[in-house]
Amino acid sequence: MRRVLWILAVLLSHWRRHPMQLATLLIGLISATALWSGVQALNQQARTAYDRAAATFGGSRTAMLVGKDSATFPQKLFVDLRRAGWPVSPMLEGRVQIEGRSFRLLGVEPVTLPAEVGNAPGVGRGSLQSFVTPPGEMLVGPETLRDLDLEEGARPQANGITLPPLRVQRELTPGVLVVDIGIAQQILKLPDQVSRLLIGKSKTPHASLESVAGEKLRMIEPDAETDLERLTDSFHLNLTAFGLLSFFVGLFIVNSAIGLAFEQRLPMLRTLRACGVSARMLNTVLVIELVSLALLAGLIGLVCGYFIAAALLPDVAASLRGLYGAQIPGQLSLKPVWWLAGIAISILGALAAAAASLAKAIRMPVLATAQPQAWQQAQRRWLILQTAAALAVFAVAAGLARFGDSLIAGFAVLAALMLGAALILPMVLQIALGLGQRSARKPLSIWFWADSRQQLSGLSLALMALLLALAVNIGVGTMVQSFSRTFLVWLDGRLAADVYLSAASDAQASEIKAWLRDRPEVAAILPGGRADSQLGGAPIEVLGLPDHATYRDNWPLLESAANAWVRLRPGDTCFVSEQLSRRMKLAVGDHIEVPAPGGNWPLEIVGIYADYGNPKGQVAVNYAALTRRFPQTPLNRMGLRVAPDQIAPLVAALQQKFGLDDRSIADQATMKAESKRIFNRTFSVTAALNTFTLGVAGIALLTSLLTLANSRLPQLAPLWAIGLTRRRLAALELLKTMAIALITALFALPLGLLVAWCLLAIVNVKAFGWRLPFHVFPLQLIELLAVAMLAALCAAALPVARLARMQPASLIRIFANER
Amino acid sequence: MLRGVDLAVGAGESVALTGESGSGKSTLLHLIAGLDAADSGEIRLADTIVSKLSDAGRAELRRDRLGLVFQQFNLIPSLSVADNLVFQSRIAGRHDAAWHDELVERLGLKSLLKRYPEQLSGGQQQRVAIGRALAAKPLLLLADEPTGNLDEDTADEVLRLARDLVARTGCGFLMVTHSARLAATLDRQVNLHAGVIA
Repeated sequence: MRRVLWILAVLLSHWRRHPMQLATLLIGLISATALWSGVQALNQQARTAYDRAAATFGGSRTAMLVGKDSATFPQKLFVDLRRAGWPVSPMLEGRVQIEGRSFRLLGVEPVTLPAEVGNAPGVGRGSLQSFVTPPGEMLVGPETLRDLDLEEGARPQANGITLPPLRVQRELTPGVLVVDIGIAQQILKLPDQVSRLLIGKSKTPHASLESVAGEKLRMIEPDAETDLERLTDSFHLNLTAFGLLSFFVGLFIVNSAIGLAFEQRLPMLRTLRACGVSARMLNTVLVIELVSLALLAGLIGLVCGYFIAAALLPDVAASLRGLYGAQIPGQLSLKPVWWLAGIAISILGALAAAAASLAKAIRMPVLATAQPQAWQQAQRRWLILQTAAALAVFAVAAGLARFGDSLIAGFAVLAALMLGAALILPMVLQIALGLGQRSARKPLSIWFWADSRQQLSGLSLALMALLLALAVNIGVGTMVQSFSRTFLVWLDGRLAADVYLSAASDAQASEIKAWLRDRPEVAAILPGGRADSQLGGAPIEVLGLPDHATYRDNWPLLESAANAWVRLRPGDTCFVSEQLSRRMKLAVGDHIEVPAPGGNWPLEIVGIYADYGNPKGQVAVNYAALTRRFPQTPLNRMGLRVAPDQIAPLVAALQQKFGLDDRSIADQATMKAESKRIFNRTFSVTAALNTFTLGVAGIALLTSLLTLANSRLPQLAPLWAIGLTRRRLAALELLKTMAIALITALFALPLGLLVAWCLLAIVNVKAFGWRLPFHVFPLQLIELLAVAMLAALCAAALPVARLARMQPASLIRIFANER
Repeated sequence: MLRGVDLAVGAGESVALTGESGSGKSTLLHLIAGLDAADSGEIRLADTIVSKLSDAGRAELRRDRLGLVFQQFNLIPSLSVADNLVFQSRIAGRHDAAWHDELVERLGLKSLLKRYPEQLSGGQQQRVAIGRALAAKPLLLLADEPTGNLDEDTADEVLRLARDLVARTGCGFLMVTHSARLAATLDRQVNLHAGVIA
């Protein structure tokens, strides 16, 4: 043990004498752990929230029975099943409008509610009586109460009925109202109907489902994955991909620091071996040293990761709410497993980054002395091998792009593309610098190019990090901008009405319509409505479109049959959203059956339209047909066509006359501005992670240059000795770094565009179900090129400044024997 | 490389191994030190057959029973003189404080203990290397051109110190050298020519 400690002390003494190298190693490990753990913390936070939502009164985590052909079924089936020994509990679900806003209403039967359904809060023993006896109670989450702008105990109105007094239930997901099932049946005007039966766990045997309910019900097994998890998978995969990229960029720094330290410690390691330390012992202690450093860096990285996650959480929550309607609490709470995983990833990352050095230490012949020339020859061989590996990886990427058919395959194409580009970068730089050298005439220029090439092996990892960070920045930036441009055009088509209005009730909507008909400035009243249904086991929205030129002229159809709008009128045809058509492989001319209250609704598809940002599949039908098939559809929404100069006065008049607030009425410009705001916020996390990655790449370059600075002296001292000033040498060093960074950045441009294409054509299609057109934004590319050069300038500034100020004595020592 | 070499170094005896470049002097030294393995033949240190030891066994031998001094000094640059001196005796578990103090005194290193190798002259570094090699009181001290990087006066002084300390410990001393003058100061001279003892 004492021997191990002595050897460890000797190894650690190297870092004491080279604090900058130690700092590099720690910075690499800290950034890798921090970014990875930060992203994992965000994912964990979101998943915990999904679990909570899923557990609320039996989401997809509970086995249930649903109607085979309709959205609801008679309550009698519940009674029959209970009598037959089935531990079922009825639930009725629907939507209600309160103060113009739509809420999910859940009617539950608290006595039979299975215990394992979980958050059946407050319906527990004590308050059971007040929940089931008139006037009952309506449980809401604190956020919902805030949205309603009401106090606890208030009794709002919906569908002409005074609702039970509101009671706050902290655990409830926002946007959900929970009442006794009897009250829900009254509110939703569905007497004796239930939407589903939750199945509790029971050990007593019961009769078969068919013998009790015949063919009327079907069983849905509990999912390991919740609906929200399925929907948000792509978002979290994106975050994870970013975390992983930052992690690898961090590990590049670690690898470069460890590699350099190993080279510098070679004589020390040989002396240790000569003094009787066995190869196995030496490696064991090297691993102990590395694990200790990783442990320290991991802990610091975790703390940084926590702060990164806390800083990004509001934007992530906003993105998830905007994209998927998922509610994530704003307070970060982490499980112990997160801390342990963070430490483990730091240690594993450090070991992976040091693997090559450790392998070399095991194979190190005790007699060989340091042979930089032989090392360079090995580098050349390595370069050829690396290039061959890059070509193989590119081939894999091409194969995956051609034959892969999943989101994971899409990300694998991206990963292979970037890995291949990183591997081939040193060869690209060698060739570019070689061409420079060939075209040089003056001795100093020849030295400039030759020395740049020699510097490559020490800088290549940092340059790879810079390449990847830039390519991802270009790729993601291009995707976001392409999306933004397409989204704005699409929004213009989608928000074609001039004013959007949502009345407090159907009765108020009728009053408003009657009033509007007498207003000359109102060119058209376009009623709107939507209902919930399901298709292929997944929830969908059924959207009603009025038969009007506003829609016919503007609605963004991607594909359509001839006379699609005319054919939509009778109510036996529909349009489907792009994501639904991709998910269910539906094409124009196909037929679908949408479950509706009166039985399945057969529809022929006559068009496919873009529906960006909607996680649910959507089917658009004629508005009149929708209200016939879904009689409970609220009729309180409408769009208005108004002369442009009359919009503001009309909105003001409506607000005054009918007491509508800003949430109930908005003009087109306001709606577009709000949509753009949500859009921009959705991508703010991506932008933040982009910046982090570029920052880490900048640090990688800085640390590589700093650690290389000392080993560069033997190359620079002879030039100083033959008459070049330190200032001139420093300027040449700066120029070299900038030249290498520029070549790297130029290589990153096509790679970034390829990344963007992959994101748009493969990843987005699989993740969200829509394909966006590919645009190139030259200004953005120039901007990133400038950022890359600025990063290189910042990274080179410190070592170059040190060289410019270096004491002549330090340069003289290069020529001294005692060095 | 080496053919039919038969050489014995007794306890307390100092032997100079001379010969032209490429004659196999350093190879022989490396084989004795267990830094390299012989294709055939036998190398014995006291009761241990070096040539039959595994890599770990040879490492243990170097640690506990041998002292090595090289032309390039091979000190650990990140350790102070004091730490370099005690390093081998500490990992061998044979640290002797009194002997350590005597070594410091005899080698004239007292004022240099807190310095680092890069702050020492070549002669000073080689004195530290000799001290480190002898700190664990080895059975045999092996030196490969220990004065090759030193001027004549310094070389004489360093070799004198090495001889005195070897005599004090009673260990054997085998030194590879190109210098006939320095070789002559040792008890016995062995000349190698094309891998054979001439």
